[in-house]
Amino acid sequence: MLLHTVNKSPFERNSLESCLRVAEDGAGVLLIEDGVYAAMDNTQVSDLIKKRMGNVKFYVLGPDVDARGLGNQSMIDGVESVDYAGFVDLVEKHSATQSWV
Amino acid sequence: MKIGILVNEGPFQHQASDTAYLFAKAALEKGHEIYRVFFYYDGVNNANKLSEPQADDRDLVKLWSALAEEHKVDLVVCVAAALRRGIKDDILAPGFRISGLGQLIESGIQSDRQITFGD
Amino acid sequence: MEEEWDEDGPEVVKRFMYVNRKAPYGTVYALEMLEKVLISAAFEQDVHVVFMDDGVYQLKKEQETKAVNMKNFSPTFRALEGYDVEKLYVEKESLEARGLTVDDLVVPVEVLGAKELGELMSKQEVILTA
Repeated sequence: MLLHTVNKSPFERNSLESCLRVAEDGAGVLLIEDGVYAAMDNTQVSDLIKKRMGNVKFYVLGPDVDARGLGNQSMIDGVESVDYAGFVDLVEKHSATQSWV
Repeated sequence: MKIGILVNEGPFQHQASDTAYLFAKAALEKGHEIYRVFFYYDGVNNANKLSEPQADDRDLVKLWSALAEEHKVDLVVCVAAALRRGIKDDILAPGFRISGLGQLIESGIQSDRQITFGD
Repeated sequence: MEEEWDEDGPEVVKRFMYVNRKAPYGTVYALEMLEKVLISAAFEQDVHVVFMDDGVYQLKKEQETKAVNMKNFSPTFRALEGYDVEKLYVEKESLEARGLTVDDLVVPVEVLGAKELGELMSKQEVILTA
């Protein structure tokens, strides 16, 4: 199973969309940098993640969420926050990593 | 676990180099080995010793050099990308070396995991 | 002195995938990615090159770059076969979204739907992207 990282905002780029079109069932998707905006609930693009919530495991990099002042916003249910150590664990746990930049 | 890292962007313009550095640091703290950090595209600018960020801001070039020094991490700058961008031996920060793209391929072959940070 | 050729090929052969998602010329990612692919050919790895999203535009025929003062590197895709890089893939959805067909491309490719591409990608050991 692959780990997919997405680092651009879903409002700026189609990287998350393309990632979710291609990511296989059971894959992990980690949102980092500007990609964390996709993890927020009640936005025009929240459905991107919700649609695949059942068959892809979603993670978000906590430090990037905090940096952007999103800590108090509601995150989409089921998205798990990790720190950099958790990021390393995810890379180790998956067979390879594809970065959607 | 042996990890290979590719950095595609220069310091400050994009977050890629910051994320790569913090990821590398976390991996080393967990006892993993960073096989090589390869700098390509504008990533070669992370090796420029002339970089002078503001005093109260992080100094990415120095942070990478320190990682190389403390943990013997191999920091490689792609020669072709470097030449295009004017990164040459005489302005290379400590810990960096200039070499060919083959070093990136070798990193992919020898590492257990290879990860890209870019934009 | 004898040359140290390994007659049986390299010790380790991994499945490498290069994922191209950016259009040519507007940024340098396409050109420098191609340089990576060419170098990796020398290492005799199992190389797969994928074009998706705006990356499909890299293969578009009839590129004329004189007036923008840049090198037209699209002919280099035809040379990949000579380097034993033969596994070129284009994502079907990306082609269709852009109103393109394989006839618009400078080189023969295998067209994969998103799901098939995902399956191929999940088998790779090293994925390099730009």
